Amino acid sequence: MHINHLLILGANSGIAEAVAYEAADKGIKLTLAGRSEEKLIALKSDLTIKYESEVDYVLFDAFNISLHEAFYDSLPNKPDAVLCAFGILGSQEKAQQDWQETNAVIESNFTGAISILNIIANDFEEKGAGIIAGISSVAGERGRQSNYIYGAAKAGFTAYLSGLRNRMAKSGVHVLTVKPGFVKTKMLEGLETPGPLTAKPEDAGKAILSAMIKKRNTLYYKSIWRLIMYIIKSIPEPIFKKLNL
Amino acid sequence: MQEITNWNLYPKVKAEVKSFTSKNELARLSGMHFDTIRGNGRSYGDASLGAKVIDTTAYNKVLSFDTEKGIITAQSGVLLSDLLEIIVPKGWFLPVTPGTKFITLGGAVASDVHGKNHHKEGAFSNHIEYLTLLDAHGNLVQCSKQSNSEIFKAACGGMGLTGPIVEISLRLKAIETAYIKQKQIKAKNLENLLPLFEENASYTYSVAWIDCLKKGENYGRSILMLGEHATKEEVKSSHKLKVPKSKALSIPFNFPSFTLNNFTIGAFNQLYYSKNISAVKEMVTPYEGFFYPLDNILHWNRIYGKKGFLQYQFVIPKNDGGKGIIKIMKMISNRGMTSFLAVLKTMGPEDTGYLSFPKEGYTLALDFPIRKGLFEFLDELDKVVIELGGRLYLAKDARMSASVFHKTYPNIELFREAAKKTNLSKDFNSDLNKRLSII
Ligand SMILES: Cc1cc2nc3c(=O)[nH]c(=O)nc-3n(C[C@H](O)[C@H](O)[C@H](O)COP(=O)(O)OP(=O)(O)OC[C@H]3O[C@@H](n4cnc5c(N)ncnc54)[C@H](O)[C@@H]3O)c2cc1C
Ligand SMILES: NC(=O)c1ccc[n+]([C@@H]2O[C@H](COP(=O)([O-])OP(=O)(O)OC[C@H]3O[C@@H](n4cnc5c(N)ncnc54)[C@H](OP(=O)(O)O)[C@@H]3O)[C@@H](O)[C@H]2O)c1
Repeated sequence: MHINHLLILGANSGIAEAVAYEAADKGIKLTLAGRSEEKLIALKSDLTIKYESEVDYVLFDAFNISLHEAFYDSLPNKPDAVLCAFGILGSQEKAQQDWQETNAVIESNFTGAISILNIIANDFEEKGAGIIAGISSVAGERGRQSNYIYGAAKAGFTAYLSGLRNRMAKSGVHVLTVKPGFVKTKMLEGLETPGPLTAKPEDAGKAILSAMIKKRNTLYYKSIWRLIMYIIKSIPEPIFKKLNL
Repeated sequence: MQEITNWNLYPKVKAEVKSFTSKNELARLSGMHFDTIRGNGRSYGDASLGAKVIDTTAYNKVLSFDTEKGIITAQSGVLLSDLLEIIVPKGWFLPVTPGTKFITLGGAVASDVHGKNHHKEGAFSNHIEYLTLLDAHGNLVQCSKQSNSEIFKAACGGMGLTGPIVEISLRLKAIETAYIKQKQIKAKNLENLLPLFEENASYTYSVAWIDCLKKGENYGRSILMLGEHATKEEVKSSHKLKVPKSKALSIPFNFPSFTLNNFTIGAFNQLYYSKNISAVKEMVTPYEGFFYPLDNILHWNRIYGKKGFLQYQFVIPKNDGGKGIIKIMKMISNRGMTSFLAVLKTMGPEDTGYLSFPKEGYTLALDFPIRKGLFEFLDELDKVVIELGGRLYLAKDARMSASVFHKTYPNIELFREAAKKTNLSKDFNSDLNKRLSII
């Protein structure tokens, strides 16, 4: 499958930027959507200067659900592929005490993503073509005490993407679920993660774009995470609940 | 908290490191009493070390590139290597480049770096259109040689003590090809080398590599490398502005220090010299090998082992015809302090920055693996450098004393006054500053 015009929601995420460079290198037209105009302008000029590619940007905030419809309507040219990349990890400890924190995690990873993808999916379905990719997480495969609010939101998003893929299968629209393990972006700043399991954003970006083009259903990145999560999921609950994960 | 260290792996400190990707995020961090700004950690010492560090490397976007005028503007964390990939194919080059391309633009300004062309084209600050800095109130201040010039003079060479440099606009140099027309001249010893520098002073680029191990009358045998950007006619390839991609090798782990004895260094130097058989050799070569001979060996710094090494770079005036250089080289050899690399360059007049390192004369850079007696020995060398009217390069220093610094950087008061304008409450206070009491 060919992508001509990719819309990236949360374009300034470390992973999303890597996808953008990869796409620009392949000559794919880009629409960058994010909530910081300064970051969008900087990314746009960097991409344009490095790849002489066609790039525009639009302001977009996942939390402003009431504006999502208008946001998509306002795009002068509709994309034929979309990557939904925004999301915050938040602080599990804080979220346990503070509803606002919990809500921000849920809205950015789940509600906000679903709101905008509903709108885009309907448009793609009508056209009978398109690729939708959503970045979920391996954290959504099984709840763990260290990040289960984030994990729960991602689990919901994974279920959404799987259902959407099922619905769209007959209309020629493809849906990809991306499940990263650790990717060295701002999200992991200050966290020590095991080197061999930690991916560089550039590599994740390449893998994501290629999985979109190849119409894969699920991408674990790095791929070893498929096995790791298989093992984690197969631990019996009576044992699992006592583990310090 | 994570352990950080610069290129020479000494000293190592535990630090809280935060990055940013917008001015707002930077302003927020600056307001939280971070004490050091860090680029790509290619300095040798404690300049970009501290307990709370702002890392600029994610703030790395190119904002504009005027391919007609050759002016590029970028965020301070962009690497020179990234800039080269953009500008060379369009017929432009960095006006000044250090011996590695893996440094940030902000690091180039804050150290006011010099290249092999200092005697002809000055340091980095000589080619800057303008800079923006973040002041203590979170406001952006623009400065250049002409406007807010005190801030400009403080920021260039100011080692990050003026607060963060945010954006940099740089005037590039036009080139016809991505190649260098290079000439190598062998010199038997230092006495022969120094006059060669003078005879070839008209070359834009010049540098000499010195073998510090050969004893006797061959002591200081060296190779002088001269270069000019090659013209279209001088390059045979049909892709004049493109060079073949060279493959990087990596030194994967720290060498145990015992492997680095005189024997291995001698073998290395032997290899280097035997490759250059004839006394004078001319060739046209891709720019990377000429400017960045070590960049192809990633992590070559690990060859010195975990303990790390020190680089000692000083500049001394030429008035004694280079006798000072010979004197210092002899002190090193007599003490059996081996240096892996010794690099000699000439420098032109002083630059704009209050704390810029260059001044007219010779500059010599030597690497010493850390071992017993080294620090005391370098204290002795400091005295000789001061006597000869020279000074040490802050970007390469991990050990000089505050008194040596204050004796050799006469513009310190002007610097302090100007630094107050952007770093009012001395929030930015790197380990280098703690050691040398600069502000
Ligand atoms: C192999 C090698 C060869 C070299 N050759 C040369 C040479 O030929 N000539 C030469 O001049 N130097 C040379 N250097 C030294 C190097 O160019 C300087 O140390 C340079 O400053 C490193 O930049 P960096 O981005 O790695 O910064 P760092 O090492 O992280 O920091 C250096 C200084 O810059 C400050 N700084 C960095 N970014 C900012 C910012 N945005 N705002 C304010 N302050 C900032 C830091 O606080 C610190 O004081 C060489 C280094 C190596 C490793
Ligand atoms: N990094 C990992 O290890 C990892 C692992 C598994 C899954 N993931 C998922 O991968 C995706 C990308 O993460 P990343 O690692 O690239 O993170 P990142 O660099 O921290 O980027 C997150 C991005 O989300 C944006 N964002 C947050 N809330 C938003 C909102 N309300 N509206 C619009 N944008 C919003 C942020 O915008 P601002 O730039 O304006 O702040 C930021 O650019 C996320 O969904 C994350 O959950 C990451």
